[in-house]
Amino acid sequence: MRKRLIYGVCLVAIVGLAGFSLYAWHPAIDPITPPSADQFPQEMIDQGEMLASAGYCSTCHTSPGGQPYAGNYEMHTGFGTIYSSNITPDPETGIGRWSEEAFIRAMRTGVSRDGHHLLPAFPYEHFNKMTDHDLKAIYAYIMTSVPAVDEEKKANGVPFPLNMRWLQAGWKLLFADTAPFEPDPQKSDQWNRGAYLAEGVAHCGACHTPRNAVGAEQYDQMYEGAAIDGWIAPSLTPSNPSPIPWRQQDFYTYLRTGNSMLHGSAAGPMAPVIHQGLAALPDRDIQAISLYLSHDEPSQVDRDEALDAEFHEALQSALTDQATIPDARINEGARLYATACSSCHYNGQHLVKGRPLLTIDSSTHLDAPTNLVNVILDGLRADQGISGVVMPGFRDALSDAEIAQIAAYLRHTAGESPWPNLQQQVTDVRQQPRFEH
Amino acid sequence: MAQFILNGQAVVAEVDADTPLLWVIRDELGMTGTKFGCGIGTCGACTVHVGGRATRSCTTPVSSVEGAEVTTIEGLSEQGDHPVQEAWQHLQVPQCGYCQSGQIMQAAALLKDIPEPTDEEIDGVMSGNLCRCMTYVRIRAAIKDAAQKMKEADNGQVA
Repeated sequence: MRKRLIYGVCLVAIVGLAGFSLYAWHPAIDPITPPSADQFPQEMIDQGEMLASAGYCSTCHTSPGGQPYAGNYEMHTGFGTIYSSNITPDPETGIGRWSEEAFIRAMRTGVSRDGHHLLPAFPYEHFNKMTDHDLKAIYAYIMTSVPAVDEEKKANGVPFPLNMRWLQAGWKLLFADTAPFEPDPQKSDQWNRGAYLAEGVAHCGACHTPRNAVGAEQYDQMYEGAAIDGWIAPSLTPSNPSPIPWRQQDFYTYLRTGNSMLHGSAAGPMAPVIHQGLAALPDRDIQAISLYLSHDEPSQVDRDEALDAEFHEALQSALTDQATIPDARINEGARLYATACSSCHYNGQHLVKGRPLLTIDSSTHLDAPTNLVNVILDGLRADQGISGVVMPGFRDALSDAEIAQIAAYLRHTAGESPWPNLQQQVTDVRQQPRFEH
Repeated sequence: MAQFILNGQAVVAEVDADTPLLWVIRDELGMTGTKFGCGIGTCGACTVHVGGRATRSCTTPVSSVEGAEVTTIEGLSEQGDHPVQEAWQHLQVPQCGYCQSGQIMQAAALLKDIPEPTDEEIDGVMSGNLCRCMTYVRIRAAIKDAAQKMKEADNGQVA
């Protein structure tokens, strides 16, 4: 009896293992001779260029100062350091020998041409939402228009046992959303276009959706905000703590220009998303994404009117509050703010573009001071936030204690409860690897 | 290597990416109207315009302004006749003069955003520009004088 039970358990285990192996195993797809440029219509290549841009492929597939798409961009994950792959059409070190079929399989299922599982730092579960037509266009663009670069990928620093790639199959089985994109018939075509772009190529959720302990997106908390690359990707839902809610027009202005006067600027990892990525999409697509992100479409007009009222009230009170300046002789944060910050951040009776009013800025309202401290430390370059305008960085000018005092002062004027252990948090943000791009 | 537009001219400087913009302007490109004050972005002497906005050049790494338009006091106006510069002369604002290029650049940016500033608004924006000779009263008067002249010029154009 006992023997039979043991045999039974073993049999189940063996069958289970065999089944999993069958699931985890993917054949190699035969290498091809790199395709010639005249194989693809120009229109398809152009479409692919736009989509590759809107998916920020080059952001993660280019190392700082490196050749575009040649990989080796260093990513610091909770599971070790990962270097991105060379996706130029180089036949030996890139994807030059990948057929269209192999490319689509990788984009949809995260399996490399040779059959090994790719790590989910590559957001294939988003690209899987794209149509074959769009994926083929990206393939056509990369194969014809990206210069081939001979560059070997550096070895990842992912420790054993996480580096065993077949484990990725289990991860996919348990966590990856492998369903294709389904338009919502209750919504407009424009909304569905926005959903298709945001959930697919633009992969907004890869940063803005919180991940679980093993790094998988928690779909039941879609777009609720998460920490990423030493920054906070704020919530895109009504749970966003900004005092002025995000309307469709605010998303549009922000995604088109890198700045919303009522919410803040695109800094850190969001800057290339806008200026090197979404910039390639036409206005109508940015409008569609903005509509999708601004939620509940049917009552849009009513809602926007209600939001407008809320917006005016919050803005007026923020502008009025500027006049209440605490005694700079006792409030060190206020004194430093007056000397180092207010020349650019002070607004008169009207809000002016380029004078970010920090009491309504999302960085002073988030649960963590990370984004505010990052920007105080390193400022904004001309290609971040509002194009052509910069903010100086105070990394070498102000101490952790001084930055903490400014941040505490701003947090107080924003009407929020103090950030705990603020000076230690400033120290931590200062020491973390700087986001490169 | 850094490349940007300085006073309307494309310029190139062989410097490290983290070199402060102020050093590049003064030491590499020979524009010495912009002054070094505190070096930590809290006195305003080094103020220039980047993309039309007043910016402390001592704490701005040159890599930040790649491709951007930088204007220094030398480029604010062709003949030194920007309304703020004229008001400065008219009211004899400077005493030692060290802070004045930063003050003028900040004031010119202020008037673009707030064309008719109140005392409170002038204090709000200009409090980061220190003047050790304490000419603040004349600075404020000159800003109001320039605002008035600019308003009259605007009205003249409309008529």
